[in-house]
Amino acid sequence: MTAQIPEVKKTWTNPIHAVTLGATDKEGGTRTSTITIGGETTLPFCHFEGEMPNAPVLAMEVWDVPATDWPEPIKEPFADVMADPGAWAKKCVDEYGAQLVCLRLKGCDPNGENKSPEDAVSATKRVLESVGVPLIIWGCGNTDKDNEVFPAVAEAASGENCLLGTITEDNYKTLTALGTAYKHKLIAESPVDINMAKQVNILALDVGFPTENILIYPSTGALGYGIEYVYSIMERLRIAGLKGDKVVAMPILCDIGIEVWGVKEAKAPQSEVPEWGDAALRGPLWEAATAYVYLLAGADILVMRHPQAVRMTKETIERLMGGTA
Amino acid sequence: MILIGERINAGFKDIARAIQTKDPEPVKTWAVKQTERGADYLDVNIGAASKKPEDMAWLVRTVRESVPTKISVDSTNVEIMEAGLEALDGRAALINSTTADSGKLETLVPLAVKYNTSLLGVAMDERGSPPDANRRVENAAVIFAAAMEGGLEPERIILDPILMPLKFMQEQAPHVLEAISQYTFLSDPPPHISVGLSNVASKVTERGLIVRTFLVMAMTRGLDAAICNVMDEEMIAAVATAELILNKEIYSDSYVRAFTARRGP
Repeated sequence: MTAQIPEVKKTWTNPIHAVTLGATDKEGGTRTSTITIGGETTLPFCHFEGEMPNAPVLAMEVWDVPATDWPEPIKEPFADVMADPGAWAKKCVDEYGAQLVCLRLKGCDPNGENKSPEDAVSATKRVLESVGVPLIIWGCGNTDKDNEVFPAVAEAASGENCLLGTITEDNYKTLTALGTAYKHKLIAESPVDINMAKQVNILALDVGFPTENILIYPSTGALGYGIEYVYSIMERLRIAGLKGDKVVAMPILCDIGIEVWGVKEAKAPQSEVPEWGDAALRGPLWEAATAYVYLLAGADILVMRHPQAVRMTKETIERLMGGTA
Repeated sequence: MILIGERINAGFKDIARAIQTKDPEPVKTWAVKQTERGADYLDVNIGAASKKPEDMAWLVRTVRESVPTKISVDSTNVEIMEAGLEALDGRAALINSTTADSGKLETLVPLAVKYNTSLLGVAMDERGSPPDANRRVENAAVIFAAAMEGGLEPERIILDPILMPLKFMQEQAPHVLEAISQYTFLSDPPPHISVGLSNVASKVTERGLIVRTFLVMAMTRGLDAAICNVMDEEMIAAVATAELILNKEIYSDSYVRAFTARRGP
């Protein structure tokens, strides 16, 4: 006797926007390759039900200044290149397989080294010359300083079709104008709040910035630190998008490394908590496990730090996409 | 909520004249305007202005060439209907409308299948307009069964319980609301449920208020479509708010704006 398995396939009415980052010389930039993400017509990896035409991609984080406060396991692989953002980016791409470089302008933070817009431009240029992959350029997080730095940086990277971030509900006018003027895409940030995630998109749309050029960054939590809240928000955004709400039908970015390497489970040395085991293995595993969860929630870009975590996550993506890794 | 824009109808003088003189401009203007306001479908009706199938074909073609919006081909005459469907050229559409009349169902269900459209069925039969909720349910069930048998899935079936003018047939409104509730039990997922909204406010002074209030009340019973005046901003705002309260849309501070923008180009 065979039981009838009910038909559970669902058809969705609206695809997630596909977004292309980077521009080759043909498109007015200097990148050697571009990356396209999004375009899903179903929930993550439900290949039986719809299309997931573009696999999620991994960006590795590079700073404009040496990341002296990083914990040992992630400082060590980059110790020889941290003094030069160009060399750092090149190592990420050539040795560790980064598909994008996420240049974080941490050095511009007024509470840190307070680097000038000119310094930020030279770091951006160094990375652009050193690698051929598309760039994410992330501000230092101080709104006033970012609004001072980004005009110069966006212009210096003009035509490269970078992903700039972030815009928020309270601060979106400068970056939307720059995105339009210099042809960059934008990251829309909200603090683990689905209503604000939608609101920032509609604000950008109202100043004429097309929703097709936006990625959602709904904030990220490390495994053990609110990951389930972010997961459910990402899932609900994705379902609303697939059901036809074009204002939230965007690819989603998760900033994994910065969160994971701030929690004690990833960074505490074995000498402090012997029972947690080898820190050299534990940290990358924590980062990779966090990444896996967000892949299942609908992440299209993961920004990561540890080469080993990047390698594991890449293999997992290949398997989930139906490959044989 | 599926919004079906009512404005491209020869009942309006500018459209009647456009059909007679084959002037595409008024048709284009209304196609664009209604689409910008978030219409999911544009209803297209040559009404009493013409009895010629080729006029319907012209009207459908003019709309199709102006906007990417889905089209509601509106006629009670089968020949005119088919001319309109033929002119769709693959554009997604709905047939507006069949009744529970067996002759109509036998013709229009196969047309919906042939042209891959949805089918709107109004809950009347050869006996005329339904006097109460029971007849509305009975007629809708006949339409629903025939459409399903013909090969249309519930998502492609739209049932209309027939809304009467409040001013002249006040006792009918509660019957309509009750019928809407009952329609939601026909299948899971249920068919779509629509009304010709402007009808409720025929010849009244508080037109906008009556339209919005009825619409919101009906949405709580399961109404998810309406042939209506999408240019009515207050009505659209009421729909957007009702969708939020029913948790069908994600709240944002600019939700009224988002409701129109969400449909996108």
